[in-house]
Amino acid sequence: MAVNAAGQAASRPRSQDGPDFKPELIQLLTPEGERAEHPDYPLELTAEEIKALYRDLVLVRRIDFEAIALQRQGELGIWASLLGQEAAQVGSGRALQPRDMAFPTYREHGVAWCRGLDPAKLLELFRGVSHGGWDPKAHNIHLYTIVIGAQTLHATGYAMGIQRDGALGEDGEAVIAYFGDGATSQGDVNEAFIWASVNNAPIVFFCQNNQWAISEPLDRQTRIPLYLRAQGFGFPGLRVDGNDVFACLAVTRKALQAAREGQGPTLIEAYTYRMGAHTTTDDPTRYRLSAELESWKLKDPIERVKQYLIRSGLAKEDFFAEISAEADVIGDRVRKACLQMPDRDPLTMFDHIYQEPSPLLAEERAQLASYLSSFAGHADSLAKEGTR
Amino acid sequence: MTTLTISRALNEGLRKAMENDPKVLIMGEDVGKLGGVFRVTDGLAKDFGEDRVIDTPLAESGIVGTAIGLALRGYRPICEIQFDGFVYPAFDQIVSQLAKMAYRSLGKVKLPVVVRIPFGGGIGAVEHHSESPEALFAHTPGLRVVACGDPQDAYAMIQQAVNCDDPVIFFEPKRRYWDKSEVDIAGGLAAAPPIDAARTLVTGDDVTVLCYGPMVRTCIESAAAAAGEDTSVEVIDLRSLSPLDLTTIFTSVRKTGRCVIVHEAPVTGGLGAEIAARITQECFYSLEAPVLRVGGYSIPYPPSRMEEHYLPDLDRVLDAVDRSLSY
Repeated sequence: MAVNAAGQAASRPRSQDGPDFKPELIQLLTPEGERAEHPDYPLELTAEEIKALYRDLVLVRRIDFEAIALQRQGELGIWASLLGQEAAQVGSGRALQPRDMAFPTYREHGVAWCRGLDPAKLLELFRGVSHGGWDPKAHNIHLYTIVIGAQTLHATGYAMGIQRDGALGEDGEAVIAYFGDGATSQGDVNEAFIWASVNNAPIVFFCQNNQWAISEPLDRQTRIPLYLRAQGFGFPGLRVDGNDVFACLAVTRKALQAAREGQGPTLIEAYTYRMGAHTTTDDPTRYRLSAELESWKLKDPIERVKQYLIRSGLAKEDFFAEISAEADVIGDRVRKACLQMPDRDPLTMFDHIYQEPSPLLAEERAQLASYLSSFAGHADSLAKEGTR
Repeated sequence: MTTLTISRALNEGLRKAMENDPKVLIMGEDVGKLGGVFRVTDGLAKDFGEDRVIDTPLAESGIVGTAIGLALRGYRPICEIQFDGFVYPAFDQIVSQLAKMAYRSLGKVKLPVVVRIPFGGGIGAVEHHSESPEALFAHTPGLRVVACGDPQDAYAMIQQAVNCDDPVIFFEPKRRYWDKSEVDIAGGLAAAPPIDAARTLVTGDDVTVLCYGPMVRTCIESAAAAAGEDTSVEVIDLRSLSPLDLTTIFTSVRKTGRCVIVHEAPVTGGLGAEIAARITQECFYSLEAPVLRVGGYSIPYPPSRMEEHYLPDLDRVLDAVDRSLSY
């Protein structure tokens, strides 16, 4: 292995933070379920609001769990689990106003839930029935974007549109762009930071740092805590405990409000952990230690809210049983929606390429129709079988 | 002879290339400890070290751009692009830099960079994981574009690509990664056909079928099925998509008088169009039928539950063979 003058392997970065540097982590609820205060992020929540957050966390985990099972049973092609990231997604998702716009990656099932998108729409994508297909305007959540980081530029452009529409102000609109730690290496994300900065665009960059980009740990992407990068681009950055739904809610709410009031972008680094595999095709035992997973289990985003509710006497066992029963109902509903999801007629693959009919596509469509009918009687069964 | 999958054959070929030349590097996302999402680089980081098998930041433009810099410094980088649909962030570096550096420098600079791309559909994947972008690169002067179709070619061609002083875009048939067949590992490269030569896999007299990558197996199976109906199909694996081995193509078409070109990529503006035009120009008086193309429709790659209707298969190849014979 090549060694440089300092005696270090050529390919390894120097220490990430320096010996004395300790990044600040904004936390309003400790892993043990103790309430913490932060001078910049006062948060008043009613018992009902806390219970609602708990419900969101439990339900999105259950939807995720059901989707993994459906993939294992061959009903989904693939699934990207959000396990461990529920608080980052629910906290930020519930900070949004209905008029705000969210630009997700492909793992934001918790955000999608908060926006009111039917989970069945997500299954449609992961089952391979469509590439998404929902109307972004219906719930102000854009389509899932699979190419890493590309959506951050779309979000920035959308935010520039808000400026031009004069839709800023106390009751104005803001945008949130989701992405992961891996995405911060992409040119698109860095360009989005620059665009947002020089335009003072009303956008919150919400980075879920789940520590892993498939098999690559954070030190393959960065030598400094990610939130510190914001400074170089000219806007504030902060790190929040991504497993703390209170803190995620508070910091995102404040950053969104700043954005809508014309104070420009903020980078939020939600420090969390991808408890599962990258997707159902991945095998994390090949590249990470189970001890790391175990240590993060102690910081579980749901358990700490439960502990808080119990300790503060806001909820009793019947509440938890009720939520658990509701989760079962939703799990069941998601499963049924998946199993009953019809395949699309193969001929619809020619739809929505252009706004106006295209002679070439009409011809190709007719060719396929004629080809399918040449199997006399088999065409219907082919269509029903889909690709499996 | 050893029985290997295409994935394993590529792995053995890469290993050989790294053993033969300490300047050979591998770089890409998840190529190190994980061994790549298709395990093509499995074990190489362990055996050759993290300085030679580099888990890069998640940025494709960066992978190819820094590979160019390493090549300028005398290294021979092999870039892995994780999936076909992720190559586009690197498109500028490939098309404007990698492909043009030799020309820009009047030959003073050579860039022996290999860009490996798993391509094609049929694996039930989500968007951007099933594309066939080869025509974009074949349309770019300065790049060599090749595709392997079986384990033997995978093993030999990856080494030939590394040895080549031109940039090579190396397409790997994703859905065939786990297909197994015999590979001559002991024999070395001497017996292997040149990287820019096509290979006649099935000899026939009635129709020439040209294919590459994942369609090679499909076309061999089609030829076998056609033989059962007394149609003699000649199957040629193009292997090199740029430059094309036109001599082999023309010789076959002049013999059969009929040609069907098969690829997964959309036929519109695809490689088949280029080949058909060349054949029409050079073999016009030998042709008994127009050159036919079987390929993807002129649409984005569809959701996976429809992909069976999008992808060329045995029946669609046979259908085209029949249509060719009906003239």
